[in-house]
Amino acid sequence: MTYSAPTQPQLGVVGWLRWMWRQLTSMRTALFLLLLLALGAVPGSTFPQRSLDSARTAQWIADHPTAGPWLDRLGFFEVYASPWFSAIYLLLFISLIGCVLPRTKILWHQVRSAPPKAPGRLERLSAHTTAEVDLPPEQALAEARSALRAKRYRVHAHDESTLSAEKGYLREAGNLVFHVALIGVIIGVASGYLFGWRGDVIVPVGQTFANTLIRYDTFSPGPWVDPTALTPYTVRLDSMDVTFESEVQGRGQFGMPRDFTATTTFTPDGGTPRTEIVKVNGPLETGNGTVFLLGNGYSAKVTVRDADGTVVYRDSTPFLPMDNFYKSSGAIKVLRAGGDLGFSGFFLPTGTIDEQGPRSLFPDLLDPGLVLTAYEGELYPNANPQSVYSLDTSGMKQLVDDKTKEPLRLWLKVGDTAQLPGGRGSITFDGVERFAGFSIRTDPGKSLTLVSSLLALAGLVASLVIRRRRVFVRVTADEGRSLVSVGGLGKGDDDGIADEIAQILARLPRTP
Amino acid sequence: MTDQTLATYSNLSIYSAMAVLTLAMILYAVHLARLMPSKEREPKRELVPVGAEVGAVGTDAGVGIAAGDSASTLTGGAIDCGWGNLVEEAWVEPAGARKAAGMAWMLTLLGTALVVLGVALRAAEVHRWPLGNMYEFAIVGSMFALLVYCGWALRRDLRWLGLFVVTPVLLTLGLAITVWYTDAAELMPSLKSVWLAIHVTVATLSVALFGIGASIALIYLIKDRVPLTGKLGFLRRLPEGPALEKLAYGLHIVAFPLWTFTLIAGAIWARQAWGAYWNWDPKEVWTFVIWAVYAAYLHARATTGVSRRAATWIAVAGFACIIINYAVVNMWFVGQHSYSGIS
Repeated sequence: MTYSAPTQPQLGVVGWLRWMWRQLTSMRTALFLLLLLALGAVPGSTFPQRSLDSARTAQWIADHPTAGPWLDRLGFFEVYASPWFSAIYLLLFISLIGCVLPRTKILWHQVRSAPPKAPGRLERLSAHTTAEVDLPPEQALAEARSALRAKRYRVHAHDESTLSAEKGYLREAGNLVFHVALIGVIIGVASGYLFGWRGDVIVPVGQTFANTLIRYDTFSPGPWVDPTALTPYTVRLDSMDVTFESEVQGRGQFGMPRDFTATTTFTPDGGTPRTEIVKVNGPLETGNGTVFLLGNGYSAKVTVRDADGTVVYRDSTPFLPMDNFYKSSGAIKVLRAGGDLGFSGFFLPTGTIDEQGPRSLFPDLLDPGLVLTAYEGELYPNANPQSVYSLDTSGMKQLVDDKTKEPLRLWLKVGDTAQLPGGRGSITFDGVERFAGFSIRTDPGKSLTLVSSLLALAGLVASLVIRRRRVFVRVTADEGRSLVSVGGLGKGDDDGIADEIAQILARLPRTP
Repeated sequence: MTDQTLATYSNLSIYSAMAVLTLAMILYAVHLARLMPSKEREPKRELVPVGAEVGAVGTDAGVGIAAGDSASTLTGGAIDCGWGNLVEEAWVEPAGARKAAGMAWMLTLLGTALVVLGVALRAAEVHRWPLGNMYEFAIVGSMFALLVYCGWALRRDLRWLGLFVVTPVLLTLGLAITVWYTDAAELMPSLKSVWLAIHVTVATLSVALFGIGASIALIYLIKDRVPLTGKLGFLRRLPEGPALEKLAYGLHIVAFPLWTFTLIAGAIWARQAWGAYWNWDPKEVWTFVIWAVYAAYLHARATTGVSRRAATWIAVAGFACIIINYAVVNMWFVGQHSYSGIS
């Protein structure tokens, strides 16, 4: 007995590609990808994300030495830029395009061609009614036609005794608009990423910010942005007014921010200066970037003198707020011959030191204090860039109290001067000023994104509200009168089709 | 009146509403219990498919237009068939059940009015749109759910649904006044915007609609699965499975565009307040996840080969995401939407 392997048709390369395309563009795949997209987005909310909070991300990885690095490799701290998340939405969009194109073609043909011929037996349709009309067949048909027209049907007569009518093409059109608009949203988001930039800068009261690259504390341009081509307008911070909740004592309310207002003088490139208010919900449009007020805090004005009383440092140093009561951390870096001095610690707007350590009791300046530890040595031991808000103490030695031999801790109120041990001079806390944290951003894609998403919404509503219906009419002569038979067909769940037919028949002159 | 007095009255109003709604809930339960088929009065129901009925009448040419008219009433009743005219002939609703439902309905109206009053007094107390913290979201959401139910129940018989709307609303109000309660206060700067009224109102309304939709979806899923005998016999008095499924779908297709609008309005506001329309903030992520899940529901329902049951499960999963978004993300996830007022 000989076996011959069953011969199967060979798919070939093109066949396989076609098969894959069919699979990808099938509704089931789209459904699966949609659910996968929802699922894939979740880790971005449960794990800290590097682009949002790099410090918290680093902390999380440090706290979880086993899982941290693995999750990092798998992109869990940069979910929305990870290859697997990108793969999901790119496949989804390819699937979407593959679905939209043929459907557009079908709709195009349907709109251009007449509604199909009436089926032989109208009573087989999902809704059907017959009525006797006191008119000759031709007139009955004409009446039926105008009744259908009045209900906004496209009407076509394939022969003498029937009418074919259809309406609700906008349902499918809306559906297609919705899907195409989603592609618009993606393009808008992508172009915002490619052509947009954002820069952050801390501006103390009284100082002026100029829109040039070097003036920014951080600047993140999109890949296709020329960062040297910024328009050099200036923004001077005239005053920074803040209000915090001091009346309501309920939980979670005391000390909450109530109002932030930055009063600025904005001078456009080559223009005249004008006063502009920047608030949290009221950004300033400059023509080259929008200025948002995203933060505020305090700078400590500090003077450091050497043993002879000569001023070696006098500057205002911003401290970054860490909690709702503006306990703020920062570092004062004093470069000098014979060993740099570095101070790091906290600024407390309403400061106290108790069993919980140094903390602030209220975010406003009721009793400001500085808590500092001091270091001596090399501030910049290697060429690595370092944060202005923290010290790199790898090349430094902590100063100790002459008497107690404990690490030196300074607790300064405004006006206080403390002597540094070993005849190193003194440090004076001269005062406090506020700063505003401005974020200047451009997003050339945002209009496209907005228009596309509104179109998507309009398309969605149309596709859910509008009914696609076909109605067929057949008229047969019956002794001078006419027998009008109407059948209707609705797409999807259409409970109203019988009602619709009744309404159409109601427009015909009745038999008494 | 001082704000303190207003606060007292607002809370009093919510407490009274809860008392009234508790009674309504009990009476709705009594109503359903009295619908239980008793042995001697086992109904002989024979549901005629709507289409067939129309066709059958329609072929009788003599009836003519009248057939069309009856067709319209039948389709109107098709959604609550099992409850409408078709069934009434075979089975008469017990007087006790009707009485209980009548009282429950009056109490629901009263409870709704009290919740509306509570929200209005809260708004007067805080001098702003009352949507600034979780307590306020919860009472406004409950108000919307009750208003939607009452408005809808005026147009069709929804007495069977009362229990399944009033109970979750009561639960929400209870959590609101105990766990989420926040003293009235001014808003933080980022919330001071006209978009608060637009974005959060629509979000709350669509959550209320999704909530009622999820209730009906669950009834459908349970009814479809369990044997309708014994203690669950009352389920037979509820609308038929396909009608329930359609009702749930109907609510979802209203809520979904509203949710889409919430997403867009939120993005516009985010750009205004935070500088970028999309930041992948946990709340934004979950709003998007919810949107994707409900989009999947609508797709699943339109996909041949996916059963209505499976599709409805996706809708229920969507509401589970809404609950996570509200109860978990607000409280536990670090993000820019940390407005719970609870810390």
